[in-house]
Amino acid sequence: MSLESVVVTGIGIVSPLGHSFEQLNRALFAGESGVKYVPELEEIGGLRSRLAATVEGVDPKQVPRKIRRSMSKMSVYAYLASQQALAMAGYPAEQLASGRTGVVIGSTLGSTETSEKFFIDYFIDHSLERMKSGLFFQIMGHSCAANVAQSLGITGRVMAPSAACATGCQAVGYAYEQIAFGRQDAILCGGADEFHPLTTATFDVMSAASTGFNQQPTESPRPFDQNRDGIICGEGSGILLLEKKSVAVARGATILAEIIGFATTSDTSSIATPDSGAMYDCMRLALEDSGLDAEEIDYINAHATGTIQGDVAETEAIRQLVGDRVPVSSLKGHLGHTMAASGAIELAASIGMMLHSELVATRNLHQIDPACSGIKHLQQNQPAEVTYVLKNNFAMGGINSTVILRSKTE
Amino acid sequence: MTEQEIIEKIDSSLAEEFELDRGDMTPEANIYDDLGLDSLDTVDMVIVLEGAFSFKIREEEAVRNIRTLGDIHRFVLEKVTGNS
Repeated sequence: MSLESVVVTGIGIVSPLGHSFEQLNRALFAGESGVKYVPELEEIGGLRSRLAATVEGVDPKQVPRKIRRSMSKMSVYAYLASQQALAMAGYPAEQLASGRTGVVIGSTLGSTETSEKFFIDYFIDHSLERMKSGLFFQIMGHSCAANVAQSLGITGRVMAPSAACATGCQAVGYAYEQIAFGRQDAILCGGADEFHPLTTATFDVMSAASTGFNQQPTESPRPFDQNRDGIICGEGSGILLLEKKSVAVARGATILAEIIGFATTSDTSSIATPDSGAMYDCMRLALEDSGLDAEEIDYINAHATGTIQGDVAETEAIRQLVGDRVPVSSLKGHLGHTMAASGAIELAASIGMMLHSELVATRNLHQIDPACSGIKHLQQNQPAEVTYVLKNNFAMGGINSTVILRSKTE
Repeated sequence: MTEQEIIEKIDSSLAEEFELDRGDMTPEANIYDDLGLDSLDTVDMVIVLEGAFSFKIREEEAVRNIRTLGDIHRFVLEKVTGNS
């Protein structure tokens, strides 16, 4: 249980389905796909997947050069999303440097694209003489968090959790705990990532990337579907502004939702293969933190990336938790897997569903895999008054995370 | 390469690297106060000039005394002329 109530007052989105909270909601309710055929992937030997959910239409030069020089694409996405979140919240500029505002934003890696460019040059003659000053700031592990704090003048705590696909969800959870414990009054939190073929290759080498739909990009990924064949990697950033509820209320902020529970656990059964029991335990711990019973959850936003094993394990865990009583959907069929951004983008989307009283169905789920049955799959969007949402993200490395949301409260 | 061609190469290289408005790039322009560069930029400025003119200047004391674009022009002209 929290010592301080924590609310969401701002949301920023840079995604394969638009560059604002409103655009994301509109695309998801319309059932659109952000997955595309990427011809450049044809040039990479051994890579079988040709699809990605890339961000289009973001000109990095809209960010002033002195801010941008230390940013790779992922930091640009995080910066733009952070600006959106602050603007939506009407967050007072003077609070940014108060020491009571922080940043918790993670990514899977530092910039692979920047690293690649450096090493291409380095391997010419193993010389460092051409190394630009901005290199380190783009490849360091806390690049997004540090760049957001630096560019916006935020002087409180800066953290950069890195837990692959669970990063964004963990970042929101850790920010929630910082505020709940009274250490910060507000935190920009979430995740960001930029697409690089290495990301897709990471999954392709384990036969976990989608390869059978290269000529029908929008038909994959297919969470929970019998014909699913793996993940499609994406990019973007999702940023939430969390605030101590009492402070947000006092300044008259519009409250979008409340964070009421969080858990993150380590599944030591395997570094790569998810265990349904460990997933169940994580969800149960998050529910305990929220003080809710499983029966009170109105909607579960699944991690479900469209992999063979992951979707089955999550189904088993959800079935054990709530049976077939609670609507479940995954947004990976729309967004692909935006990696470190996915947790925060999908939390934002879940808030959008609460605000619009409509649940978004799982895209490309046409024939439910019998191994994924026994839970209440959403195959059509559904009107619903939603008070409590349970959101999962699970990651390579055995990292599980769950956040519990409550709709905007009194 | 003529003196004017060298100056043009300097200015175009710096304009591209630091996204400078060529109209601001007068010889009198202070690289910090007028062109907005800072200490990190001067690290990259050396790399850009070394790349453009195929010389090594990082260790040269004179680099640290550069304040204006004209200082850069004179420094590079001296280096290039001296090397030629």
